[in-house]
Amino acid sequence: MPPVNTLSSLKCGSGAIVSALNTAGAMRRRLMDIGFAPGSPVRALFRSCSGDPVAYLIHDTVIALRSEDAAGILIESAAEP
Amino acid sequence: MGLTSSSVGSGAKNADGSLSRGENTRLIALAGNPNVGKSTLFNALTGMRQHTGNWPGKTVGSAYGTLRREGQNWIFADIPGTYSLMARSAEEAVARDLLLFGEADAVVVVCDATCLRRNLNLVLQILEICGDVIVCVNLLDEAARKGVSVNLEALSGLLGVPVLGMSAGRGSGIDALIPVLEQFKGVQPRSFCCSCEIERSIRPLIDYFDAYRPPLPPRWLAARVCEGDGSLMDSLHRHMGMDLDDEELCQARDAALSNLGELGIDSQRLSDISAQGISDSAGNICTQVISKIPRGTAREGKIDLLLTHKIWGWVAMLLLLAGALWLTISGANYPSQLLSRALFSLGDMLNSALTALGLPAWLTSLLCEGVYKTVAWVVAVMLPPMAIFFPLFTLMEDVGFLPRVAFNLDGFFKRCAACGKQSLTMCMGFGCNAAGVIGCRIIDSPRERLIAILTNSFVPCNGRFPTMIALITIFFAGNGAMSSIRSAVILTVLIVLGVAMTLACSKLLSCTILSGVPSSFTLELPPYRRPKVGEVIVRSIFDRTLFVLVRALKAAAPAGLIIWLLANVSLGGETILARCCELLDPAARLIGMDGAILLAFIVGIPANEIVIPVMLMCYLSGGSLMDYGSIAQLRGILLANGWSSVTALCVLIFSLMHWPCATTLMTIKKESGSLGYTVLAAALPTVCGIVLCALVNFAAHMLF
Repeated sequence: MPPVNTLSSLKCGSGAIVSALNTAGAMRRRLMDIGFAPGSPVRALFRSCSGDPVAYLIHDTVIALRSEDAAGILIESAAEP
Repeated sequence: MGLTSSSVGSGAKNADGSLSRGENTRLIALAGNPNVGKSTLFNALTGMRQHTGNWPGKTVGSAYGTLRREGQNWIFADIPGTYSLMARSAEEAVARDLLLFGEADAVVVVCDATCLRRNLNLVLQILEICGDVIVCVNLLDEAARKGVSVNLEALSGLLGVPVLGMSAGRGSGIDALIPVLEQFKGVQPRSFCCSCEIERSIRPLIDYFDAYRPPLPPRWLAARVCEGDGSLMDSLHRHMGMDLDDEELCQARDAALSNLGELGIDSQRLSDISAQGISDSAGNICTQVISKIPRGTAREGKIDLLLTHKIWGWVAMLLLLAGALWLTISGANYPSQLLSRALFSLGDMLNSALTALGLPAWLTSLLCEGVYKTVAWVVAVMLPPMAIFFPLFTLMEDVGFLPRVAFNLDGFFKRCAACGKQSLTMCMGFGCNAAGVIGCRIIDSPRERLIAILTNSFVPCNGRFPTMIALITIFFAGNGAMSSIRSAVILTVLIVLGVAMTLACSKLLSCTILSGVPSSFTLELPPYRRPKVGEVIVRSIFDRTLFVLVRALKAAAPAGLIIWLLANVSLGGETILARCCELLDPAARLIGMDGAILLAFIVGIPANEIVIPVMLMCYLSGGSLMDYGSIAQLRGILLANGWSSVTALCVLIFSLMHWPCATTLMTIKKESGSLGYTVLAAALPTVCGIVLCALVNFAAHMLF
């Protein structure tokens, strides 16, 4: 089995597919509502001046997530980068 | 900077204010994701001027506007943007409650054509609770530029409700909305996520709600009760009188949950299933209605890479801030002089006119020296900087720069266990701290929201800006071509100090009375949009600048009157004003100021704009009344009253950090609901200001 990757480990400029959410409660629902539903393609764009958060492209929108929150999103490598 | 005449004036009614609906009136709610152009559409429909800006969370309260057309009255409600009916923040709860219980005759859901999928998520959620929905696909022009086109007819067919296309920013497509509303017939709410199995499991709850004939679909209610969203349950209780501890309800819920349990579904799994169901439906619909020609957005990407670069990002942000301040300072200088010269010669004419009318000398003096001069000063000093800074700031807002600032600063706020959106509320504080405090509703966590409210006044509002500009110009800028650049740099440093104090106090609060870990948060970075320059300038001058100026004058006129009285009524051979100044003097000396300055800050509680005029009245009341029309004369007066650079520095620091004005304090009381926090919000910056001023004063005495 390949190691489980989280969105926070995704390098800026590369893409992946959301495979599952590992958070609970309101934030879990929020992430799904703004597009981080399993099966969605996601791409890391750029990092904030202060190191965190990172901006992600998800369903044609740019959403910034802190590393703690991005760590709760599991990803698998995209079929094509 | 959302406080404008239209958002608080008589034209708008607040969500909690009463809204009378006469006969033949239909209420239409405008809903949608944040930053999709709801307010633009609202303004176009109602002719109102709800302020718009390119960042999510611009509209915090709901605004109402009316339209009368061919015998039919329409009321439009501009609801704060929300991603979902499952609210996370206070403003989203407002939006959700208005949609669930607002009894709108129809809901117009505004969507962003450039990211339709996420917008459809909300459309589908709303279709689950009500069928009276019209979908407006906005920003078609922007989508076209990105090579995205939307098949509106197919979308309407799939959703089963009318779909309109528009580009509200350019005004196209808006006219079609009213005819559609006129002939509109709703459909039944439907469900996008309940499988037969789940529906069978929650049947006991559905039956329970069926018997009560609730205003919402029983199946939807049943699913939400099983999911157990606390804030939603509170709203159901408040608006529907639903008794959550009702025995029958509890039994039905337990039965439903145990049925679900047999399927291996718990509350969270159920929530997942509904979210996933909606997301999949939205995805399916999108693949059927959207055609996309891939086109690079290379330029936008490059701007963001620069603005978020480890080094250049900071440089760019500081340069933009300093540049805006420099334009303000250098641009305001000359008009300020012209205005003051004109206003003071007008004052002389007024004086002689009143004397000629035979008014007693004391009354003429009261009106001219007291009321008129204070008002004239406020106009001359406040108006030019505001008229330049407001439009500049609005431009940055419209372009979409502010969310990038929040994005860049978030790392610091995280280390202070606060929310990155606090920078957005600080930006609003630049316009008016009261507006900034209201803006804190965009912060999800109540703890982080309180931190943002308590620290908002560390950002100098437009009432304090011009005071600071005047003092910097007099004491620190020097002469020559570089003087306005020097002033801008000094002001930038002071603002950075304010931001640093905000962070320090946020850290302090989250280590002490508001302790906790930073909560999760999501921040949308909207695409850059070309601002409508002409409109921005006109609107920000008429709506904001004049509104703020009038508010300042309302405080300035009575303050001028009171100070004149205090300066001219004697008790025991000494004027009351002089007595007050003497009384405050020892304390004020400790922090590098004098009694008159401290008194001016205290009298300035109604509006910070009047601090300098009040101070001057104190100085001038004692002796010869000289004219303080120009900056040079002001310098003379201040120097004659013992000011040094250290005094000026202390006054600058104290302007940045002291109690918020009365309007802000009242707003804090309302938003936090606690007198204790209001007192803390006043004490926190005051203590910081006093300590810093005392340190500066002490250091200066040691050095010189």
